[in-house]
Amino acid sequence: MRYVDEFRDAQLGQALAAEILAAADPGRPLKLMEICGGHTHSIYKYSLGDLLPASVELVHGPGCPVCVIPMGRVDDGIALARTDGLIFTCFGDMLRVPGSEQTLLDAKAQGADVRMVYSPLDALAIARNNPDREVVFFAIGFETTAPSTALTLRRAKAEGMANFTCMCNHVTIVPPLRALLESPDLRLDGFVGPGHVCTIVGTRLFEFIPADYGRPIVISGFEPLDILQSILMLVRQRQDGRCEVENQYTRVVPRDGNPRALEVMAEVFELRPHFEWRGLGSIPHSALGLSEAYREFDAEQRFDVPGVSVADPKACQCGEVLKGVIKPWECRVFGTACTPEHAIGTCMVSPEGACAAYYNYGRLAAPKQAV
Amino acid sequence: MSAPESLTGGREQRMLAIIETARAKPARFRDERITLAHGAGGKATQTLIEGLLVPALGRPGSALAQLGDSGAVLAGGARLAMTTDSFVVKPLRFPGGSIGELAVNGTVNDLAVSGARALALTVSLILEEGLDTEVLRSEVAAIAAAAQTAGVEIVAGDTKVVERGAADGMYICTSGIGAIDPRGTLSSDAIVAGDRVLLSGPIAEHGTAVMLARNLFELDASIESDTCSLWPAVDALLGAAGPALHCMRDATRGGVASVLNELARAAGVSVTVRAADVPVAPSVAAAAELLGIDPMYVANEGRLVAFVAPAAAEQALAALRSVAGCEQAALIGSVGQEPPGMVAVETGFGGRRVMDQLVGDPLPRIC
Ligand code: SF4
Repeated sequence: MRYVDEFRDAQLGQALAAEILAAADPGRPLKLMEICGGHTHSIYKYSLGDLLPASVELVHGPGCPVCVIPMGRVDDGIALARTDGLIFTCFGDMLRVPGSEQTLLDAKAQGADVRMVYSPLDALAIARNNPDREVVFFAIGFETTAPSTALTLRRAKAEGMANFTCMCNHVTIVPPLRALLESPDLRLDGFVGPGHVCTIVGTRLFEFIPADYGRPIVISGFEPLDILQSILMLVRQRQDGRCEVENQYTRVVPRDGNPRALEVMAEVFELRPHFEWRGLGSIPHSALGLSEAYREFDAEQRFDVPGVSVADPKACQCGEVLKGVIKPWECRVFGTACTPEHAIGTCMVSPEGACAAYYNYGRLAAPKQAV
Repeated sequence: MSAPESLTGGREQRMLAIIETARAKPARFRDERITLAHGAGGKATQTLIEGLLVPALGRPGSALAQLGDSGAVLAGGARLAMTTDSFVVKPLRFPGGSIGELAVNGTVNDLAVSGARALALTVSLILEEGLDTEVLRSEVAAIAAAAQTAGVEIVAGDTKVVERGAADGMYICTSGIGAIDPRGTLSSDAIVAGDRVLLSGPIAEHGTAVMLARNLFELDASIESDTCSLWPAVDALLGAAGPALHCMRDATRGGVASVLNELARAAGVSVTVRAADVPVAPSVAAAAELLGIDPMYVANEGRLVAFVAPAAAEQALAALRSVAGCEQAALIGSVGQEPPGMVAVETGFGGRRVMDQLVGDPLPRIC
């Protein structure tokens, strides 16, 4: 715990905030996007926005694994979960994500055997303990969680598990970022980069952001002090007229990532030609499916998955939230029709989603500003 | 978040006002099926109680409609409190306690935080076919021992057995009756702006201990449940603060955060908690960090929060700290007026944020 506490130290936080204030140019507002949902969560949880000067604004990005899952994939998952005798496993966050008719939690209450797991290895253990039943793991996440799915599948293969499959929804972070950077109405001045993803893929992968799009990025850890320091580094880049990839999270992130993780990912996964993203539409080469060598573990191959594509609900503005175009509270249904207990969009479900973070933690923002 | 506030602040504020109005309305129960979230003590439980149970079972203004931890009844001039609770914890035994001990302490504590000393309990056992009688024996012994420690008599009981698979080992229901202590006049309505919020000890130990006892995580930490009778703590508070003690709750399911939300809502006040003043054992904080759970939402079985008038707060705190097990009691926050029904946290960084009710159930069957 000492390790964690150290990075939450309030005095250091205040000192960093003072440095940011001193370095920021009040006449030149800086709009920064934190890419990763983990950052969004920390920013609200520690109300870091309160510590920033008016000229530094944070915008929330697309890096929340649950938020980007489209309704069609949820419906497919529910259809699978309803298969007789099948055990459907997924992370807890997924249970409340709305499909077009219902959530996995609803399906569970109606009798589907849906079980929450904390890691893909838990799902594999369930398969081992239930040799006469099919067990499906619904895999989600960016490059951060993909290696553990890959390692689990490698182990399943080594053990010759015949009743374990994976419905793979792993996505990659670069394609949606490129899509974002390509959009004509882009008004971002820099990025707080995804620390956990970079522990796997390295910082090199993000060099295109300054090189091709002229925006700086600082790879950041997840403690409040990490985030403040990264913001300070971005402010300094502006001050010095620099534009580059910097690494704040050096205690964990190497430039080239984790070669062993990348190797097992390359063995188990291959890029899908297309993948549908919640609110962002279909993005080419943006998601991972199972490779030829692992086809037998692919739930979409073994079972009859409807493979439906369902349009996002009309009222839902998750896409605009994920792109940072609107703030959560600007969505038409925020907090009224769409709440954490009855969510319309995905961003309201995951604790890393911007809408949930704002609803759960941020509703004080306005009274505070009025003071 | 900050830059365009002059432009959007007004709009944002209007939006937030709409949300608070919507939240203040009585909950309507619209769910089609019961899910685990309805048992978690958070938002869904509240909706079930306020939207279905109370309208059907409680007269307006009745003891039930007040949604306390127990209901007050008048019997021939004696003021009594009555309550009931059921226990479905998994696993049955965990470091620091077991289902039998919980079943006694849970009901004794519901009475205690209503200002009532438990007089008598009833115990119902629901047993699963095939249960090892050694397990039953040891849980009955645990019930007896906890009752003795709490100074309460078991006066009636019941036993049912259900087929294998229809229960998970054993479930226990206890009901209790207690005498309301004349030193206190406790009610959520008594909470007023200015009150201080006291917490009787470090939080989240019970929930974390049970969670780790399930061996779902490769995590080795020696964390023990905090289950214990809260009467000694209540006795000390009543003695030190008397009528300045306005309200108490034991922070079970949904943790301290849920209890504060319930009371803020019931009393129509706001509560601000200073995160840095909330005692959490380092091992518990570390485990919660790994599990991705905020300790404020984790169940306790031997911790209470008390609302005390400011003038009596220091005295009440000192009295509380002199009780065995409450040495780390702390003043964690205070009551304000605006916005009604909202609980806020002052983070260590000097920011303020909302601490909302629990949604969903990260830890089912914790008690
Ligand atoms: S409020 Fe709901 S529908 Fe609107 S963007 Fe947020 S999650 Fe999506």
